[in-house]
Amino acid sequence: MLDVARKRAEAASAASPAVRTVDLAKSFGRIEALAGLSMQVERGEVFGFLGPNGAGKTTSVKLLLGLLAPSAGEGSVLGQPLGDVGARRRLGYLPELFRYQGWLSAREVLAFHLELARQPRSEWAAEIDRVLGVAGLTERGGDRVATFSKGMTQRLGLAVALLGRPELVILDEPTSALDPVGRHDVREIIRGLRTDGTAVFLNSHLLSEVEQVCDRVAIVHRGRVIATGPLQELLAGHAARLRVSGLTPADRGALARFGAVQEEEGWLVVRGCEPERVPELVAAVVELGGRIYAAEPRQGSLEQLFLELLGEGDAG
Amino acid sequence: MPPVLVLARITLVEASRRRLLLALGILSLVVVVFTGWGFTKIPDIRSGDPGAPPIPAAEVKLIASQLLTLVMFMFSGVLALSAVLVSAASISGEAESGVLLAVLARPLSRAEVLLGKALGHAVVVIGYAAVGVALELVAVRLAVGYTPPHPAVLFAFLAAEGVVMVSLTMALSTRLSGMTGGVIALGAYFAAWLGGVVGAIGAAFQNTAIMNVGSASRLLLPSDGLWRGALWSLEPSSVLTAAQAAGRDASANPFFAPAPPPVAYDAWCAFWVLVVLGIALWSFARREI
Repeated sequence: MLDVARKRAEAASAASPAVRTVDLAKSFGRIEALAGLSMQVERGEVFGFLGPNGAGKTTSVKLLLGLLAPSAGEGSVLGQPLGDVGARRRLGYLPELFRYQGWLSAREVLAFHLELARQPRSEWAAEIDRVLGVAGLTERGGDRVATFSKGMTQRLGLAVALLGRPELVILDEPTSALDPVGRHDVREIIRGLRTDGTAVFLNSHLLSEVEQVCDRVAIVHRGRVIATGPLQELLAGHAARLRVSGLTPADRGALARFGAVQEEEGWLVVRGCEPERVPELVAAVVELGGRIYAAEPRQGSLEQLFLELLGEGDAG
Repeated sequence: MPPVLVLARITLVEASRRRLLLALGILSLVVVVFTGWGFTKIPDIRSGDPGAPPIPAAEVKLIASQLLTLVMFMFSGVLALSAVLVSAASISGEAESGVLLAVLARPLSRAEVLLGKALGHAVVVIGYAAVGVALELVAVRLAVGYTPPHPAVLFAFLAAEGVVMVSLTMALSTRLSGMTGGVIALGAYFAAWLGGVVGAIGAAFQNTAIMNVGSASRLLLPSDGLWRGALWSLEPSSVLTAAQAAGRDASANPFFAPAPPPVAYDAWCAFWVLVVLGIALWSFARREI
């Protein structure tokens, strides 16, 4: 009976999203670090959690891991309630503040974590070799962690997070101490995890990093998600820009049916105009007597979107 | 291996790799060599002129017993100090540095982390007590042929004193920085010792109010009460007989205990350790990392 119940629980847990939160909030005294976080991360996807410094990103991660207790709201990780010990058996975590026992060798740190994760001892050696290889630390496995540079220590933290092939890997600013080569390596590691079907929760304020590897993103600002969705959808600029002359303000008003019209550095920008409507927009401008020198659909960058959203958030 | 034992083992590895065990070992040896050399000089003491005959063997043993009490008093202080310093930053230090973040994300409870670390520190302190007492007693035996009447009891009380200090300091470490927790624990240790001395003076003058100060301090922090047990285990029967003849005046001596603590007090000490560890677990479980 117990076995059946356990299998049912496992099946339900496997069908559940990797991370789900509903109105998760956290206050430290009078300071509200997280105002009500609702999001969902699916199995096997690379999810970017993006926001400026102090937006509540690390607080969110700590809530997911049960290191902090929420002030309000609820959530689940791998189908288990926040802070559940069973869920922690199946996830890996690289903290933003990455520090490991300096008086142990890298291999010993990894063995310590494998033992705490209750992995069979017979698999340790192969698993340690594997993660050291992935993190690019094969040569340094026997060295004391105290002799590692900051970048090496962060690589060790990545190796620790990858131990035991977890179903969900939570990376909190994983490249903060890495050089460009290291950053490239981390992107490759994340892509490898996606290929293996591992869900990745990438907490970062580095837009390019998120832009290059994430399937979906959530942008947090002042403790709230202000935008979420597949990266391509968020970035689809839904804007067209034209270099045009000969339009009166009334003519411009007539173009409002294509989107919000405004002037930007000599360009006429029509926000909300989808790429397939650009020829129609051009025809309308010509009909109104405008002279067109250039026209293009605009693909927004994450940085642009980010700054816009943050600006709106502040204005609101 | 259960997580508690994994944490205890890693705590011992840390003590070894950080050369704490080596330092304690060398410290013990230095103390034993110096005091042992001192003990060998006792039989040379002359009772009068330089030409007078050496003091009798019984007197040598009496002097040795009193000197050993003094050495053990110092050792109990160093032991308490070591217990505090070893465990003061145990939780708070790793929480501040970030080492705990990765550990607590593993499938284990905070209780297992705290108990494992406390167990590791307790093993270090008990081991230090065992080695320190054994070496000192062997040195004294070799020097003057004297062994105190209850060596195992001496070790047990000193080790228990170390465990009491580890428990208190671990509880403080769940919330306070190593520096603050360490200062509070050591302050409490010295205050408890002073409370014990005040209580002894109260006993000598048969002043109940002052005696109660001593009793209260021994209940609040049992380190001094346990030290009194260690003191008793060091007293040869001749000293106890002489003290009984001297009556209540002898109880005013902070280096003399006329009787071992009652069994009920030993039980209280065990209960005290459990309660303090319980508070530590409660406090750590609610701490935000």
